Amino acid sequence: MNQPRRIRIANGQGFWGDSVDAPVRLIEEGPLDYLTLDYLAEVTMSILQKQKRRDPARGYATDFVQLIDRVLPALRAKGVKVVANAGGVNPSACRQALIEVAKEHRARGLKIGTVTGDDILGRMEQLIDSGVRFENMDDGRPISEVLDRIVSANVYIDSFAIAEALVQGADIVISGRTTDPGLVLSPLIAEYGWKQDAWSLLAAGTVGGHVVECGAQCTGGNFSRWWEVAGWDNLGYPVLEFEENGEFVVTKHEGTGGLVSVDTVSEQLLYEMGNPKAYLTPDCVVDFTSIRLAGDGKDRVRVSGIRGSEATGTFKVSIAYLEGYKATGQLTVSGPDAVAKAKVCADALWGRLRRAGFTYDKTITELVGLDSCHGPIPGPPPKVHEVVLRVGVKDGDRAKVDRFGKELAPLVTSGPPGITGFAGGRPKATEVLGYWPTLIPKDRIVTRVEVEEVP
Amino acid sequence: MKTLPLYALAHARSGDKGDGSNVGVIAYDLESFAILREMLTPEKVKEHFDGIVFGDVRRFELPNLLALNFLLAESLGGSGSASLKTDAQGKTHGMAMLRMRIEVPDGYEPPSPGTRGALAPGGELGGA
Repeated sequence: MNQPRRIRIANGQGFWGDSVDAPVRLIEEGPLDYLTLDYLAEVTMSILQKQKRRDPARGYATDFVQLIDRVLPALRAKGVKVVANAGGVNPSACRQALIEVAKEHRARGLKIGTVTGDDILGRMEQLIDSGVRFENMDDGRPISEVLDRIVSANVYIDSFAIAEALVQGADIVISGRTTDPGLVLSPLIAEYGWKQDAWSLLAAGTVGGHVVECGAQCTGGNFSRWWEVAGWDNLGYPVLEFEENGEFVVTKHEGTGGLVSVDTVSEQLLYEMGNPKAYLTPDCVVDFTSIRLAGDGKDRVRVSGIRGSEATGTFKVSIAYLEGYKATGQLTVSGPDAVAKAKVCADALWGRLRRAGFTYDKTITELVGLDSCHGPIPGPPPKVHEVVLRVGVKDGDRAKVDRFGKELAPLVTSGPPGITGFAGGRPKATEVLGYWPTLIPKDRIVTRVEVEEVP
Repeated sequence: MKTLPLYALAHARSGDKGDGSNVGVIAYDLESFAILREMLTPEKVKEHFDGIVFGDVRRFELPNLLALNFLLAESLGGSGSASLKTDAQGKTHGMAMLRMRIEVPDGYEPPSPGTRGALAPGGELGGA
């Protein structure tokens, strides 16, 4: 018998803006077969659509191209493949930029795959005409309410298209909107040949992806017993050691900081969890109540027992639309009587705006340092020597939101004493994007896989 | 009956879920899980988050992880980028949950802080 073929998959980017060094260290500091990188959040898609409207060569995660420039020699030397949803709303432009970088590295023969078909912004009217309803799946509202304000529309595509690019020999695969766990599941499908109806195996790959999708959140980051975590400056990012039967070990490279334990992995399993018996993905339905965790040595947790069932007939679609404008700003209020003075400032600000004729759809007043996060939850009265007054507004009228931004600075000289910290200019109105979660029948979506070789 | 802070019995993690948040609460042992199953009801959670959660609270059980998962609807002040709150994603709701006080049987001793480290040693909340 051969040894079970183990595939090592790491995630080096939990979101666009995560550590720029983590992926480099994952490649350099230990054994690895696949590196996954997750760049896309819902808000990111809309930002990228806006960039693409201004410049057709943009609309993808530029950080990714810089990263590959930094690590390409090491990737090639160690034979590590990369799966990233860095394509955003323009995977082909991302591939073009990567090819330029690869040429500079003389990486002749490097194969770059792209997976497209998730971006349906340009097809919305056609799809609606053909009978897709795009009803809001949370509240049932019809799409007509927001149709003229849509800024992005992306389908969470399944993992088999990315797997196909890997089967075709791609060293780096760039996709648009996939599910985060799908980045891990797709190389497993490619390596082990898992079939489309192997529900429990697909579920196991999905759970592995879920554990690592937020990077260090399973290796000590965000852990409740934070004082037990050592080596924060050298925190290891997660590595999964998969076996063909769907069992896997969560770990991190030897010598890195952080902590992998049943407790850190349990916490991450519950992150952003809805109904644990029916975790829906485009590939399968996962039952999180089937998962078994067991310690497997220092910084190693074995995950087994995972059951999945048949996927639904629909893909989830994430649509973003322009909902209005907002601005927030802050002032620092020093003591004595910091809280009382901050409240006077807040009343003055809202009162002055009212007198000038400005009211808003939504406002907020927070005292950061007192109750901005946990609100009125009872506890011992804190000793507060200074607080940050944080105020904000949201409204459909951009000019009104900008007017709010002009009312903050005057408080430094026309409020109680000891107010400071007004820096960075007047708060400016920024766009508020609303989300419209909805579904589309799977047969309406055609994904396309292309693999191109660097000349 | 006596009361203990939830952080003596369990640990937690939270994140956003549409215009609400989820909080996963994981008990330190079977005995603590049995207590939480009985005492940590959606109603108690809703009451604890009064002023933060404006929608329903739903609870799901994961006995395999000794865990309860709570969905707190309308707890973010709007979904996506619409929220004006500092914690627009419910990142702090897990820690907020752990501040809740739970009624426990008189004979119950929480898992030892020495072995489980349920409180930060020397921290604000008085860990030994």
